[in-house]
Amino acid sequence: MAGGPAPSGTGGVFSAGSQKSFFAQLKKVYTWYTGGFLVFVVALAILEQMGLPRNWIGYVFLLATVMLYAGIGIMSRTSDAAEYYVAGRRVPAIFNGMATGADWMSAASFIGMAGTLYLTGYGGLAFIMGWTGGYCLVALFLAPYLRKFGQFTIPDFLGARFGGNVPRFVGILAAILCSFTYVVAQIYGVGLITTRLTGVAFELGIFLGLGGILVCSFLGGMRAVTWTQVAQYIILIVAYMIPVVWLSIKHTGVPVPQLVYGQVLQKVSAREEELIKDPRENQVRDIFKARVDTANAALKDPAKAYADGKAALAKGVEDLKAAGAEPAKIAAAEKALSSYPADQAAAVAQWNKDKGLGARAAPMLRHAEAFPGKDEKARDVSRRNFLALIFCLMVGTAALPHILMRYYTTPSVKEARESVFWSLFFIFLLYFTAPALAVLVKYEVYNVLVGTEFAKLPQWVAAWQRVDPGLLSVADINGDGILQRAELAIGGDIVVLATPEIGGLPYVISGLVAAGGLAAALSTADGLLLTIANALSHDLYYKMLDPNAPTARRVMISKILLLVVALLAALVAAQKPADILFLVSAAFSFAAAAFFPALVLGVFWKRASKWGAVLGMVSGLGITMYYMVMNQPWLRGVFGVTSPVELWFEISPISAGVFGVPLGFAVIIIVSLFAPAPSKAVQEMVEHVRYPNVRAGNA
Amino acid sequence: MQLTQKHQEYWNKNLRITAILLFIWFFVTFVLGFFARELNFNFFGWPFAFWVGAQGALVVYVIIIWFYARYMNNLDREYDVHEGEE
Repeated sequence: MAGGPAPSGTGGVFSAGSQKSFFAQLKKVYTWYTGGFLVFVVALAILEQMGLPRNWIGYVFLLATVMLYAGIGIMSRTSDAAEYYVAGRRVPAIFNGMATGADWMSAASFIGMAGTLYLTGYGGLAFIMGWTGGYCLVALFLAPYLRKFGQFTIPDFLGARFGGNVPRFVGILAAILCSFTYVVAQIYGVGLITTRLTGVAFELGIFLGLGGILVCSFLGGMRAVTWTQVAQYIILIVAYMIPVVWLSIKHTGVPVPQLVYGQVLQKVSAREEELIKDPRENQVRDIFKARVDTANAALKDPAKAYADGKAALAKGVEDLKAAGAEPAKIAAAEKALSSYPADQAAAVAQWNKDKGLGARAAPMLRHAEAFPGKDEKARDVSRRNFLALIFCLMVGTAALPHILMRYYTTPSVKEARESVFWSLFFIFLLYFTAPALAVLVKYEVYNVLVGTEFAKLPQWVAAWQRVDPGLLSVADINGDGILQRAELAIGGDIVVLATPEIGGLPYVISGLVAAGGLAAALSTADGLLLTIANALSHDLYYKMLDPNAPTARRVMISKILLLVVALLAALVAAQKPADILFLVSAAFSFAAAAFFPALVLGVFWKRASKWGAVLGMVSGLGITMYYMVMNQPWLRGVFGVTSPVELWFEISPISAGVFGVPLGFAVIIIVSLFAPAPSKAVQEMVEHVRYPNVRAGNA
Repeated sequence: MQLTQKHQEYWNKNLRITAILLFIWFFVTFVLGFFARELNFNFFGWPFAFWVGAQGALVVYVIIIWFYARYMNNLDREYDVHEGEE
């Protein structure tokens, strides 16, 4: 095994006797594993110095890590139900924390987060706060009670608490809806990274990555996924930290970027003020603005604009010829005429593209400014959306089934509580660092790139522009030979991907970062696929269709479904659905509106009744979906909505959950008050989950 | 299942600490977030509101969860509802 000593032995590693010796053994195994991984990276770095070609480094990283995950998956194979669904409920708090961290942090967190912060400054902090603060809700409202309840899935809880199959079925549908949208995005990320690491085609990359996902979850269910996720967490956090620390030493001389980037932020802000006043920057923006205006005017009457444009160019050539101008000028005019779009459709496409340049004509954003806007009203709307987005992300965090499911796997309620702490701690390490990385990269770009002559730009700029112009492209718009900030178009993902090169690190670190991104995407995809397969096999098949099914058959069916769902998700991902980032955020609003009110009231309000919960879930989810479909451009296209966009309180559709969650609570409460109180057995169950252990006869 | 006065007291204490911690969570997230434009004084180099969003709030969240786990695990023992060691 190239990735260092993988847990040795015959499969007994993840199934030791007493809990204490199990914990000691796990600690030993993962310490060796981390050490082995570092040795592996150092060895590759030495090989690189000795002349190992770059794409070989990519292959070695891909193969070594995927084989490592496969090895853990094979060692943890099982067909026992408790092992398959909840890893035998033996996962110590700290390891469950790491597994949750990897489960939680997706490709979007690892690769996209710092980029979003780079592009949106303070506005991006909504994701930082939203995706961490949600764990407070998990800790206070859900984790300990779900652990005490002690079944296998979230629909299980809904079914038992609200009685009957209807709440369970609504739970299954909602779980599949939010997990599937999310898993498509993960598999898409896997495909992207595999492609970048090895140069294979995107579709092939998807299916290679799919293999990596399936070897873990297919053989050993939750047990294999848990131990793989711990391994993946270690890789992803190491991969994230090394380049940032390096960049921080380079700029501040201090290896703890999180503590010192405030100084760098001040320098960035000072530089921003210079750039905002810079006449050349304004010149570039004016050029973009003119193009947008031309495009908008042309799009009003495309046929006329197309004919006029062509006629004007042709006339220009004629005039020059008639006036006997220099041949070079005539040639230039003829070139402009021949490169004019061949037909009206092509011209319209070009204008639509130019129309999108509006963002580049917009005034520069100040990184540290909260709620920017041109007037008081715009700032107010920006603030409202910022807070609404935080709300949706937080409540969604506390309602995503693949995260909540993880708290079934700890040995006790006590450890479930501690496990939420460890989860957030391990997530915190990365989220605490991302804003620092964004500021450090911005400093580098504003000071080193901006204002440099095009001929003297660092080599990595050209390299990335070749890889993908969507990630980074520079063009001398105003023709002064010097790069202005507005002439640089940057895609968010590059911030993390190119950091090693920006910092001047060897290529092996770039490979490490890609491997980290892969670990993040694979681990999240594993958890999500398992959630979907379990909802179908455990909740739908076993609990609703065939309650007498033997354990072995249930686990078998779960494995088959896992395969089917994974293939379906891969097929959807291979279509490269348009708005993948929107889909991820939509999953949070869906989960928030569907699950959070029913779960919380289920524990905290004995009076909450079956129909209250069912109607609350349906109406919460319904209004969230309705608002998105009516107002989100891509969904409007998919569903053919033509009525005008009508925003409520100017809340953007990404935060639709802000309407769904309160409605869900209100409906559950109102309907429950009109319905008879739940049966005594249900009320006792609520009492049961509230106390970790009620002893007979204690007074 | 027989619940006693003591069990009720345990649950009430749980509700109280949950409410207090939830209030802190709400304050740090939404109240400080709402006044972010006004809270832009220099805090060790960062504008304060930016620092809260990037670090301060996160630290508070971690502490909230740590404190809740510790408090409840102690409360379990005090009210004899902890697991194991019958």
